[in-house]
Amino acid sequence: MNPTTFFIFTTLLKIVGIVFVVILPMVSYAVYAERKVSALIQDRLGPNRVGPAGLFQPIADAMKFLLKEDFTPAHVNKFYYWLAPCLAMVPAITTIAVVPFGSTLFGVPMVIADINVGVLFVFAIASLGVYGIVIGGWASNSKYPFLGGVRSTSQMISYELSLGLAVIPIFLLIGNLRLTEVVQYQIDHGWMIVPFAGDWRNPLAWLLAIPMWISFAVFAIAVFAETNRLPFDLPEAETELVGGYHTEYSSMKFALFFLGEYAAMITGSAIIVTLFLGGWHFPGIPDGSHGWIFGLINIFVFFAKIVVLLFIFIWVRFTLPRFRYDQLMRLGWVFFFEIALVNIFCVAAILAFHAPPFPKHGLQADESDHGIPGGKMGPAVA
Amino acid sequence: MPSFLFWLFAGVMLIFGALVIINRNPIASALSLVVCFLGLAALFMSLDAFFIGIIQVLVYAGAVMVLFLFIIMLLDLRAEERRTMNWVAFTGGFVVAVSLLVQILAVISRTQMAKQTFPPLASPQTDDVRNVGLLLFGHYNLPFQVIGVLILVATVGVIVLSKRQLR
Repeated sequence: MNPTTFFIFTTLLKIVGIVFVVILPMVSYAVYAERKVSALIQDRLGPNRVGPAGLFQPIADAMKFLLKEDFTPAHVNKFYYWLAPCLAMVPAITTIAVVPFGSTLFGVPMVIADINVGVLFVFAIASLGVYGIVIGGWASNSKYPFLGGVRSTSQMISYELSLGLAVIPIFLLIGNLRLTEVVQYQIDHGWMIVPFAGDWRNPLAWLLAIPMWISFAVFAIAVFAETNRLPFDLPEAETELVGGYHTEYSSMKFALFFLGEYAAMITGSAIIVTLFLGGWHFPGIPDGSHGWIFGLINIFVFFAKIVVLLFIFIWVRFTLPRFRYDQLMRLGWVFFFEIALVNIFCVAAILAFHAPPFPKHGLQADESDHGIPGGKMGPAVA
Repeated sequence: MPSFLFWLFAGVMLIFGALVIINRNPIASALSLVVCFLGLAALFMSLDAFFIGIIQVLVYAGAVMVLFLFIIMLLDLRAEERRTMNWVAFTGGFVVAVSLLVQILAVISRTQMAKQTFPPLASPQTDDVRNVGLLLFGHYNLPFQVIGVLILVATVGVIVLSKRQLR
Protein backbone atom coordinates (compact mmCIF):
# COMPACT_ATOMS: atom_id res chain seq x y z
CA MET A 1 0.00 0.00 0.00
CA ASN A 2 1.54 3.34 -0.93
CA PRO A 3 1.79 6.09 1.72
CA THR A 4 -1.01 8.26 0.30
CA THR A 5 -3.53 5.43 0.18
CA PHE A 6 -2.43 4.35 3.64
CA PHE A 7 -2.84 7.90 4.93
CA ILE A 8 -6.31 8.30 3.42
CA PHE A 9 -7.35 4.88 4.70
CA THR A 10 -6.15 5.43 8.27
CA THR A 11 -7.63 8.95 8.37
CA LEU A 12 -11.03 7.67 7.25
CA LEU A 13 -10.77 4.91 9.81
CA LYS A 14 -9.95 7.43 12.55
CA ILE A 15 -12.83 9.71 11.55
CA VAL A 16 -15.36 6.88 11.49
CA GLY A 17 -13.93 5.37 14.67
CA ILE A 18 -13.86 8.55 16.69
CA VAL A 19 -17.16 10.05 15.51
CA PHE A 20 -19.41 7.01 15.15
CA VAL A 21 -17.88 4.56 17.59
CA VAL A 22 -16.85 6.91 20.39
CA ILE A 23 -18.38 10.42 20.25
CA LEU A 24 -21.95 9.70 19.15
CA PRO A 25 -22.55 6.82 21.61
CA MET A 26 -20.90 8.99 24.25
CA VAL A 27 -23.34 11.79 23.41
CA SER A 28 -26.38 9.56 23.85
CA TYR A 29 -25.01 8.04 27.03
CA ALA A 30 -24.16 11.53 28.32
CA VAL A 31 -27.91 12.18 28.26
CA TYR A 32 -28.46 8.96 30.22
CA ALA A 33 -25.68 9.94 32.64
CA GLU A 34 -27.24 13.37 33.06
CA ARG A 35 -30.55 11.80 34.07
CA LYS A 36 -28.95 9.22 36.34
CA VAL A 37 -26.63 11.67 38.10
CA SER A 38 -29.38 14.25 38.51
CA ALA A 39 -31.53 11.51 40.04
CA LEU A 40 -28.68 10.63 42.39
CA ILE A 41 -28.24 14.28 43.41
CA GLN A 42 -31.98 14.85 43.88
CA ASP A 43 -32.47 11.51 45.65
CA ARG A 44 -34.62 9.97 42.92
CA LEU A 45 -34.28 6.75 40.91
CA GLY A 46 -33.87 8.08 37.39
CA PRO A 47 -34.51 6.00 34.25
CA ASN A 48 -34.67 2.33 35.27
CA ARG A 49 -37.31 0.69 33.03
CA VAL A 50 -35.57 -0.08 29.73
CA GLY A 51 -32.93 -2.76 30.20
CA PRO A 52 -30.83 -3.37 33.34
CA ALA A 53 -30.64 -0.11 35.36
CA GLY A 54 -32.23 1.69 32.42
CA LEU A 55 -29.10 1.21 30.29
CA PHE A 56 -31.06 0.90 27.03
CA GLN A 57 -32.91 4.15 27.65
CA PRO A 58 -30.88 6.11 25.03
CA ILE A 59 -31.85 3.56 22.37
CA ALA A 60 -35.50 3.88 23.30
CA ASP A 61 -35.20 7.67 23.21
CA ALA A 62 -33.58 7.56 19.78
CA MET A 63 -36.40 5.34 18.47
CA LYS A 64 -38.92 7.78 19.87
CA PHE A 65 -37.26 10.75 18.21
CA LEU A 66 -37.03 8.96 14.87
CA LEU A 67 -40.60 7.68 14.85
CA LYS A 68 -42.28 10.89 15.99
CA GLU A 69 -43.95 13.04 13.36
CA ASP A 70 -41.47 15.52 11.89
CA PHE A 71 -43.69 18.55 12.21
CA THR A 72 -42.87 21.87 10.56
CA PRO A 73 -45.03 24.72 11.86
CA ALA A 74 -46.71 26.85 9.18
CA HIS A 75 -45.29 30.20 10.32
CA VAL A 76 -41.59 29.31 10.09
CA ASN A 77 -39.05 30.22 7.47
CA LYS A 78 -38.78 26.70 6.00
CA PHE A 79 -35.27 26.57 4.52
CA TYR A 80 -33.52 28.10 7.53
CA TYR A 81 -35.73 26.14 9.91
CA TRP A 82 -34.32 22.95 8.38
CA LEU A 83 -30.78 24.24 8.12
CA ALA A 84 -30.39 25.29 11.75
CA PRO A 85 -30.30 21.86 13.48
CA CYS A 86 -27.59 20.67 11.07
CA LEU A 87 -25.53 23.79 11.76
CA ALA A 88 -25.88 23.16 15.47
CA MET A 89 -24.50 19.61 15.30
CA VAL A 90 -21.69 19.86 12.71
CA PRO A 91 -19.25 22.36 14.33
CA ALA A 92 -19.41 20.54 17.64
CA ILE A 93 -18.18 17.32 16.03
CA THR A 94 -15.75 18.95 13.57
CA THR A 95 -13.74 20.43 16.43
CA ILE A 96 -12.55 16.99 17.49
CA ALA A 97 -10.51 16.71 14.25
CA VAL A 98 -7.44 18.46 15.67
CA VAL A 99 -7.55 17.01 19.18
CA PRO A 100 -4.96 14.28 19.84
CA PHE A 101 -7.03 11.57 21.50
CA GLY A 102 -4.18 9.10 21.95
CA SER A 103 -0.46 8.64 21.36
CA THR A 104 0.11 6.18 18.54
CA LEU A 105 -1.52 2.88 17.66
CA PHE A 106 0.53 0.56 15.42
CA GLY A 107 2.68 3.60 14.57
CA VAL A 108 -0.28 5.68 13.40
CA PRO A 109 -0.63 8.97 15.32
CA MET A 110 -3.99 9.14 17.06
CA VAL A 111 -5.06 12.56 15.82
CA ILE A 112 -7.14 13.15 12.71
CA ALA A 113 -5.49 16.36 11.49
CA ASP A 114 -2.30 17.56 13.17
CA ILE A 115 -2.25 21.14 11.85
CA ASN A 116 0.07 23.89 13.04
CA VAL A 117 -2.74 26.26 14.06
CA GLY A 118 -4.42 23.61 16.24
CA VAL A 119 -6.17 25.62 18.90
CA LEU A 120 -7.11 28.46 16.53
CA PHE A 121 -8.92 25.89 14.40
CA VAL A 122 -10.87 24.86 17.48
CA PHE A 123 -11.90 28.44 18.22
CA ALA A 124 -12.74 29.17 14.59
CA ILE A 125 -15.03 26.15 14.22
CA ALA A 126 -16.56 26.61 17.67
CA SER A 127 -17.39 30.23 16.78
CA LEU A 128 -19.42 28.92 13.83
CA GLY A 129 -21.56 26.94 16.28
CA VAL A 130 -23.51 30.08 17.13
CA TYR A 131 -25.07 30.16 13.65
CA GLY A 132 -27.17 27.05 14.29
CA ILE A 133 -28.73 28.59 17.37
CA VAL A 134 -29.17 32.06 15.89
CA ILE A 135 -30.75 30.82 12.67
CA GLY A 136 -32.93 28.37 14.62
CA GLY A 137 -34.18 31.18 16.80
CA TRP A 138 -34.78 33.53 13.90
CA ALA A 139 -36.33 31.04 11.46
CA SER A 140 -38.86 29.88 14.06
CA ASN A 141 -40.49 33.27 13.61
CA SER A 142 -41.84 33.45 17.12
CA LYS A 143 -40.80 35.59 20.06
CA TYR A 144 -39.40 33.13 22.61
CA PRO A 145 -37.05 31.33 20.23
CA PHE A 146 -35.99 34.70 18.87
CA LEU A 147 -35.12 36.02 22.33
CA GLY A 148 -33.22 32.79 23.00
CA GLY A 149 -31.27 33.18 19.76
CA VAL A 150 -30.37 36.80 20.46
CA ARG A 151 -29.26 35.99 23.99
CA SER A 152 -27.16 33.12 22.77
CA THR A 153 -25.40 35.30 20.19
CA SER A 154 -24.34 37.93 22.67
CA GLN A 155 -23.42 35.32 25.27
CA MET A 156 -21.22 33.33 22.91
CA ILE A 157 -19.47 36.42 21.54
CA SER A 158 -18.79 37.68 25.05
CA TYR A 159 -17.38 34.45 26.37
CA GLU A 160 -15.33 33.68 23.28
CA LEU A 161 -13.08 36.56 24.33
CA SER A 162 -12.33 35.09 27.74
CA LEU A 163 -11.97 31.67 26.14
CA GLY A 164 -9.34 32.92 23.73
CA LEU A 165 -7.48 35.04 26.27
CA ALA A 166 -7.41 32.25 28.86
CA VAL A 167 -5.33 29.95 26.67
CA ILE A 168 -2.72 32.55 25.69
CA PRO A 169 -0.59 31.87 28.84
CA ILE A 170 -0.26 28.25 27.76
CA PHE A 171 1.03 29.21 24.37
CA LEU A 172 3.36 31.82 25.85
CA LEU A 173 4.85 28.96 27.79
CA ILE A 174 5.01 26.42 24.98
CA GLY A 175 5.56 28.65 21.96
CA ASN A 176 3.57 26.40 19.65
CA LEU A 177 -0.11 26.17 18.74
CA ARG A 178 0.03 22.54 17.60
CA LEU A 179 -2.05 20.48 20.03
CA THR A 180 0.22 17.42 19.81
CA GLU A 181 3.09 19.69 20.92
CA VAL A 182 0.97 20.94 23.80
CA VAL A 183 0.48 17.37 24.97
CA GLN A 184 4.17 16.52 24.44
CA TYR A 185 5.18 19.57 26.50
CA GLN A 186 2.90 18.46 29.32
CA ILE A 187 4.42 14.97 29.25
CA ASP A 188 7.93 16.43 29.56
CA HIS A 189 7.24 19.23 32.05
CA GLY A 190 4.12 18.24 33.96
CA TRP A 191 0.47 18.98 33.21
CA MET A 192 -0.54 22.61 32.81
CA ILE A 193 -2.34 22.68 36.15
CA VAL A 194 0.87 21.40 37.85
CA PRO A 195 3.60 23.21 35.85
CA PHE A 196 6.12 22.55 38.63
CA ALA A 197 5.97 18.77 38.22
CA GLY A 198 8.93 18.63 35.85
CA ASP A 199 11.07 21.08 37.81
CA TRP A 200 10.51 20.70 41.54
CA ARG A 201 13.32 22.92 42.79
CA ASN A 202 12.48 26.02 40.78
CA PRO A 203 10.37 28.52 42.77
CA LEU A 204 9.33 30.32 39.57
CA ALA A 205 7.80 27.11 38.27
CA TRP A 206 5.70 27.00 41.44
CA LEU A 207 4.80 30.65 40.93
CA LEU A 208 3.65 29.78 37.41
CA ALA A 209 1.05 27.43 38.85
CA ILE A 210 -1.06 30.37 40.08
CA PRO A 211 -1.74 31.96 36.65
CA MET A 212 -2.23 28.48 35.18
CA TRP A 213 -4.97 27.73 37.71
CA ILE A 214 -6.59 31.08 36.95
CA SER A 215 -6.40 30.27 33.26
CA PHE A 216 -7.89 26.86 33.88
CA ALA A 217 -10.76 28.29 35.92
CA VAL A 218 -11.56 31.04 33.41
CA PHE A 219 -11.36 28.63 30.48
CA ALA A 220 -13.52 25.98 32.14
CA ILE A 221 -16.19 28.51 33.13
CA ALA A 222 -16.15 30.06 29.65
CA VAL A 223 -16.68 26.58 28.19
CA PHE A 224 -19.77 26.26 30.38
CA ALA A 225 -21.05 29.53 28.91
CA GLU A 226 -20.12 28.58 25.34
CA THR A 227 -21.98 25.29 25.56
CA ASN A 228 -25.06 27.00 27.07
CA ARG A 229 -24.92 24.87 30.17
CA LEU A 230 -26.35 25.81 33.51
CA PRO A 231 -25.54 28.12 35.35
CA PHE A 232 -25.30 29.98 32.02
CA ASP A 233 -28.17 28.41 30.05
CA LEU A 234 -29.98 31.73 29.56
CA PRO A 235 -30.69 31.05 25.84
CA GLU A 236 -33.01 28.21 26.85
CA ALA A 237 -34.10 29.29 30.30
CA GLU A 238 -37.33 27.30 30.69
CA THR A 239 -38.88 29.56 33.27
CA GLU A 240 -38.79 32.65 31.05
CA LEU A 241 -38.37 31.49 27.45
CA VAL A 242 -40.34 28.17 27.32
CA GLY A 243 -37.62 26.18 25.52
CA GLY A 244 -35.53 29.02 24.13
CA TYR A 245 -34.30 28.75 20.57
CA HIS A 246 -35.65 25.23 20.05
CA THR A 247 -39.19 25.88 21.28
CA GLU A 248 -40.68 25.36 17.80
CA TYR A 249 -38.70 22.22 17.04
CA SER A 250 -39.86 18.65 17.48
CA SER A 251 -38.75 15.06 16.85
CA MET A 252 -35.35 14.52 15.20
CA LYS A 253 -34.70 18.22 14.54
CA PHE A 254 -35.07 18.92 18.25
CA ALA A 255 -32.88 15.91 18.97
CA LEU A 256 -30.11 17.36 16.79
CA PHE A 257 -30.12 20.58 18.83
CA PHE A 258 -30.21 18.59 22.04
CA LEU A 259 -27.44 16.20 21.03
CA GLY A 260 -25.42 19.06 19.53
CA GLU A 261 -25.30 20.59 22.98
CA TYR A 262 -23.93 17.38 24.45
CA ALA A 263 -21.46 16.98 21.57
CA ALA A 264 -20.25 20.52 22.26
CA MET A 265 -19.87 19.55 25.91
CA ILE A 266 -17.76 16.53 24.99
CA THR A 267 -15.52 18.44 22.59
CA GLY A 268 -15.22 21.27 25.14
CA SER A 269 -14.09 18.74 27.73
CA ALA A 270 -11.68 17.27 25.18
CA ILE A 271 -10.11 20.70 24.69
CA ILE A 272 -9.84 21.28 28.45
CA VAL A 273 -8.20 17.86 28.84
CA THR A 274 -5.75 18.53 26.01
CA LEU A 275 -4.77 22.00 27.11
CA PHE A 276 -4.67 21.67 30.88
CA LEU A 277 -4.91 18.06 31.99
CA GLY A 278 -2.16 16.40 29.99
CA GLY A 279 -4.23 15.01 27.13
CA TRP A 280 -3.80 11.23 26.85
CA HIS A 281 -0.89 11.21 29.30
CA PHE A 282 -1.07 9.61 32.71
CA PRO A 283 1.99 9.37 34.98
CA GLY A 284 3.67 5.98 34.66
CA ILE A 285 1.93 4.84 31.49
CA PRO A 286 4.26 4.80 28.45
CA ASP A 287 3.06 5.90 25.00
CA GLY A 288 1.99 3.74 22.08
CA SER A 289 5.53 3.14 20.77
CA HIS A 290 6.00 0.59 23.58
CA GLY A 291 3.24 -1.68 22.30
CA TRP A 292 -0.29 -1.39 20.98
CA ILE A 293 -1.77 -2.19 24.36
CA PHE A 294 -0.32 1.06 25.73
CA GLY A 295 -1.69 2.90 22.70
CA LEU A 296 -5.15 1.64 23.61
CA ILE A 297 -4.65 2.51 27.27
CA ASN A 298 -3.67 6.08 26.25
CA ILE A 299 -6.90 6.48 24.29
CA PHE A 300 -8.81 5.07 27.24
CA VAL A 301 -7.10 7.53 29.63
CA PHE A 302 -8.06 10.45 27.38
CA PHE A 303 -11.74 9.50 27.31
CA ALA A 304 -11.72 8.66 31.02
CA LYS A 305 -10.61 12.23 31.72
CA ILE A 306 -13.42 13.51 29.49
CA VAL A 307 -15.95 11.41 31.40
CA VAL A 308 -14.75 12.90 34.69
CA LEU A 309 -15.21 16.40 33.27
CA LEU A 310 -18.67 15.49 31.96
CA PHE A 311 -19.58 14.36 35.45
CA ILE A 312 -18.50 17.78 36.75
CA PHE A 313 -20.61 19.48 34.04
CA ILE A 314 -23.66 17.54 35.24
CA TRP A 315 -22.81 18.02 38.89
CA VAL A 316 -22.63 21.80 38.41
CA ARG A 317 -25.92 21.84 36.52
CA PHE A 318 -27.79 20.29 39.42
CA THR A 319 -25.99 22.26 42.11
CA LEU A 320 -25.87 25.91 41.05
CA PRO A 321 -28.83 28.19 40.31
CA ARG A 322 -29.08 30.08 37.02
CA PHE A 323 -27.48 33.50 36.62
CA ARG A 324 -29.54 36.53 35.69
CA TYR A 325 -28.82 37.82 32.20
CA ASP A 326 -27.16 41.12 33.22
CA GLN A 327 -25.07 39.24 35.80
CA LEU A 328 -23.92 36.87 33.09
CA MET A 329 -22.84 39.72 30.84
CA ARG A 330 -21.14 41.62 33.66
CA LEU A 331 -19.29 38.47 34.71
CA GLY A 332 -18.04 37.95 31.17
CA TRP A 333 -17.02 41.49 30.29
CA VAL A 334 -16.07 43.06 33.62
CA PHE A 335 -14.63 40.12 35.49
CA PHE A 336 -13.32 37.29 33.29
CA PHE A 337 -12.08 39.47 30.46
CA GLU A 338 -9.93 41.57 32.79
CA ILE A 339 -8.72 38.66 34.86
CA ALA A 340 -7.61 36.80 31.73
CA LEU A 341 -5.83 39.90 30.43
CA VAL A 342 -3.96 40.50 33.70
CA ASN A 343 -3.13 36.81 33.77
CA ILE A 344 -1.36 37.07 30.42
CA PHE A 345 0.81 39.90 31.76
CA CYS A 346 1.66 37.88 34.86
CA VAL A 347 2.75 34.84 32.84
CA ALA A 348 4.77 37.03 30.49
CA ALA A 349 6.48 38.64 33.48
CA ILE A 350 7.30 35.27 35.04
CA LEU A 351 8.60 33.94 31.73
CA ALA A 352 10.79 36.99 31.26
CA PHE A 353 12.78 35.92 34.32
CA HIS A 354 12.49 32.28 33.68
CA ALA A 355 12.85 31.29 30.05
CA PRO A 356 15.60 28.63 29.92
CA PRO A 357 14.09 25.50 31.52
CA PHE A 358 10.55 26.01 30.24
CA PRO A 359 10.23 26.79 26.55
CA LYS A 360 12.26 23.81 25.45
CA HIS A 361 9.85 22.90 22.71
CA GLY A 362 8.88 25.58 20.30
CA LEU A 363 11.36 28.33 21.02
CA GLN A 364 14.68 26.57 20.74
CA ALA A 365 14.22 24.68 17.53
CA ASP A 366 13.53 27.45 15.07
CA GLU A 367 16.13 29.92 16.25
CA SER A 368 17.99 29.25 13.02
CA ASP A 369 15.24 29.28 10.39
CA HIS A 370 14.70 33.01 10.32
CA GLY A 371 17.20 35.76 10.73
CA ILE A 372 15.04 38.16 12.73
CA PRO A 373 16.94 38.98 15.92
CA GLY A 374 15.28 40.11 19.11
CA GLY A 375 12.21 38.01 18.40
CA LYS A 376 12.70 36.04 21.56
CA MET A 377 11.78 37.41 24.94
CA GLY A 378 14.39 40.07 25.53
CA PRO A 379 15.61 39.60 29.11
CA ALA A 380 15.76 35.83 28.78
CA VAL A 381 18.46 35.99 26.12
CA ALA A 382 20.71 38.31 28.09
CA MET B 1 -3.07 22.03 -4.59
CA PRO B 2 -5.28 19.92 -6.80
CA SER B 3 -6.71 22.42 -9.28
CA PHE B 4 -10.26 21.08 -9.07
CA LEU B 5 -10.30 22.19 -5.42
CA PHE B 6 -9.31 25.68 -6.51
CA TRP B 7 -12.15 25.78 -9.05
CA LEU B 8 -14.57 24.31 -6.53
CA PHE B 9 -13.86 26.93 -3.85
CA ALA B 10 -13.53 29.77 -6.34
CA GLY B 11 -16.91 28.74 -7.80
CA VAL B 12 -18.46 28.60 -4.32
CA MET B 13 -17.11 32.07 -3.60
CA LEU B 14 -18.44 33.53 -6.84
CA ILE B 15 -21.89 31.97 -6.51
CA PHE B 16 -22.36 33.02 -2.91
CA GLY B 17 -20.79 36.42 -3.54
CA ALA B 18 -23.43 36.98 -6.21
CA LEU B 19 -26.13 35.71 -3.84
CA VAL B 20 -25.12 38.37 -1.31
CA ILE B 21 -26.40 41.07 -3.64
CA ILE B 22 -29.15 39.09 -5.38
CA ASN B 23 -30.98 38.01 -2.21
CA ARG B 24 -33.69 40.41 -1.07
CA ASN B 25 -33.67 38.98 2.44
CA PRO B 26 -30.79 40.56 4.46
CA ILE B 27 -30.38 37.42 6.59
CA ALA B 28 -29.90 35.31 3.47
CA SER B 29 -27.40 37.87 2.16
CA ALA B 30 -25.42 37.78 5.39
CA LEU B 31 -25.33 33.98 5.43
CA SER B 32 -24.21 33.92 1.79
CA LEU B 33 -21.37 36.22 2.77
CA VAL B 34 -20.41 33.76 5.51
CA VAL B 35 -20.21 30.91 2.97
CA CYS B 36 -18.19 33.22 0.70
CA PHE B 37 -15.72 33.82 3.55
CA LEU B 38 -15.46 30.10 4.18
CA GLY B 39 -14.57 29.57 0.51
CA LEU B 40 -11.91 32.27 0.79
CA ALA B 41 -10.50 30.60 3.91
CA ALA B 42 -10.34 27.30 2.03
CA LEU B 43 -8.41 29.01 -0.78
CA PHE B 44 -5.91 30.42 1.72
CA MET B 45 -5.48 27.01 3.30
CA SER B 46 -4.89 25.35 -0.05
CA LEU B 47 -1.94 27.76 -0.40
CA ASP B 48 -0.61 26.36 2.92
CA ALA B 49 -1.44 29.67 4.63
CA PHE B 50 -3.29 27.95 7.47
CA PHE B 51 -2.98 30.86 9.85
CA ILE B 52 -4.53 33.40 7.48
CA GLY B 53 -7.25 30.92 6.53
CA ILE B 54 -8.16 30.17 10.13
CA ILE B 55 -8.12 33.85 11.09
CA GLN B 56 -10.43 34.48 8.14
CA VAL B 57 -12.94 32.03 9.62
CA LEU B 58 -12.40 33.11 13.22
CA VAL B 59 -12.64 36.87 12.69
CA TYR B 60 -14.91 37.33 9.69
CA ALA B 61 -17.18 34.29 9.68
CA GLY B 62 -17.14 33.74 13.44
CA ALA B 63 -17.23 37.25 14.88
CA VAL B 64 -17.94 40.03 12.39
CA MET B 65 -20.75 38.26 10.56
CA VAL B 66 -22.34 37.09 13.82
CA LEU B 67 -22.52 40.74 14.88
CA PHE B 68 -23.95 41.69 11.48
CA LEU B 69 -26.59 38.99 11.80
CA PHE B 70 -27.32 40.12 15.32
CA ILE B 71 -28.02 43.67 14.14
CA ILE B 72 -29.98 42.60 11.05
CA MET B 73 -32.29 40.47 13.18
CA LEU B 74 -33.27 43.48 15.23
CA LEU B 75 -34.37 45.38 12.12
CA ASP B 76 -37.70 45.19 10.35
CA LEU B 77 -37.03 42.82 7.48
CA ARG B 78 -40.46 43.11 5.88
CA ALA B 79 -39.68 46.65 4.68
CA GLU B 80 -36.50 45.43 3.02
CA GLU B 81 -38.24 42.53 1.28
CA ARG B 82 -41.01 44.74 -0.12
CA ARG B 83 -38.54 47.14 -1.68
CA THR B 84 -38.57 46.93 -5.48
CA MET B 85 -35.49 47.10 -7.63
CA ASN B 86 -34.18 50.55 -8.42
CA TRP B 87 -33.27 50.32 -12.13
CA VAL B 88 -31.17 53.48 -12.16
CA ALA B 89 -29.02 52.25 -9.30
CA PHE B 90 -28.85 48.80 -10.90
CA THR B 91 -27.57 50.15 -14.24
CA GLY B 92 -25.14 52.50 -12.52
CA GLY B 93 -23.73 49.70 -10.36
CA PHE B 94 -23.51 47.40 -13.38
CA VAL B 95 -21.58 49.96 -15.43
CA VAL B 96 -19.14 50.68 -12.58
CA ALA B 97 -18.54 46.95 -11.96
CA VAL B 98 -18.00 46.16 -15.64
CA SER B 99 -15.64 49.08 -16.16
CA LEU B 100 -13.63 48.04 -13.11
CA LEU B 101 -13.43 44.48 -14.47
CA VAL B 102 -12.30 45.74 -17.90
CA GLN B 103 -9.68 47.91 -16.26
CA ILE B 104 -8.29 45.09 -14.16
CA LEU B 105 -8.20 42.74 -17.14
CA ALA B 106 -6.42 45.37 -19.24
CA VAL B 107 -3.76 45.90 -16.56
CA ILE B 108 -3.25 42.18 -15.97
CA SER B 109 -2.96 41.35 -19.67
CA ARG B 110 -0.15 43.90 -20.06
CA THR B 111 1.89 43.03 -16.95
CA GLN B 112 4.65 40.46 -17.39
CA MET B 113 4.36 39.39 -13.74
CA ALA B 114 0.85 38.05 -14.28
CA LYS B 115 2.14 35.58 -16.88
CA GLN B 116 4.77 33.80 -14.82
CA THR B 117 4.12 30.93 -12.43
CA PHE B 118 5.17 31.60 -8.88
CA PRO B 119 7.11 29.00 -6.93
CA PRO B 120 5.39 27.53 -3.84
CA LEU B 121 5.33 30.18 -1.12
CA ALA B 122 6.81 28.12 1.69
CA SER B 123 7.08 24.55 2.83
CA PRO B 124 3.98 23.26 4.63
CA GLN B 125 6.12 22.69 7.71
CA THR B 126 6.68 26.42 8.28
CA ASP B 127 5.28 27.72 11.52
CA ASP B 128 3.41 30.63 9.94
CA VAL B 129 1.88 31.85 13.21
CA ARG B 130 5.39 32.32 14.55
CA ASN B 131 6.63 34.08 11.41
CA VAL B 132 3.66 36.44 11.29
CA GLY B 133 4.16 37.22 14.98
CA LEU B 134 7.89 37.88 14.65
CA LEU B 135 7.36 40.12 11.64
CA LEU B 136 4.48 41.99 13.25
CA PHE B 137 6.15 42.60 16.62
CA GLY B 138 9.66 42.95 15.23
CA HIS B 139 9.89 44.67 11.90
CA TYR B 140 6.45 46.29 11.85
CA ASN B 141 6.26 47.02 15.56
CA LEU B 142 5.67 50.78 15.31
CA PRO B 143 2.90 50.65 12.64
CA PHE B 144 1.30 47.86 14.65
CA GLN B 145 1.25 49.97 17.82
CA VAL B 146 -0.08 52.95 15.87
CA ILE B 147 -2.94 50.84 14.50
CA GLY B 148 -3.62 49.67 18.05
CA VAL B 149 -3.97 53.26 19.25
CA LEU B 150 -6.15 54.07 16.23
CA ILE B 151 -8.54 51.25 17.09
CA LEU B 152 -8.60 52.35 20.72
CA VAL B 153 -9.55 55.87 19.61
CA ALA B 154 -12.36 54.46 17.47
CA THR B 155 -13.62 52.36 20.40
CA VAL B 156 -13.61 55.32 22.78
CA GLY B 157 -15.36 57.40 20.11
CA VAL B 158 -18.13 54.82 19.73
CA ILE B 159 -18.69 54.72 23.48
CA VAL B 160 -18.78 58.53 23.74
CA LEU B 161 -21.28 58.81 20.88
CA SER B 162 -23.61 56.12 22.23
CA LYS B 163 -23.49 57.50 25.76
CA ARG B 164 -24.35 61.00 24.53
CA GLN B 165 -27.54 59.65 23.04
CA LEU B 166 -28.48 58.05 26.33
CA ARG B 167 -28.09 61.34 28.18
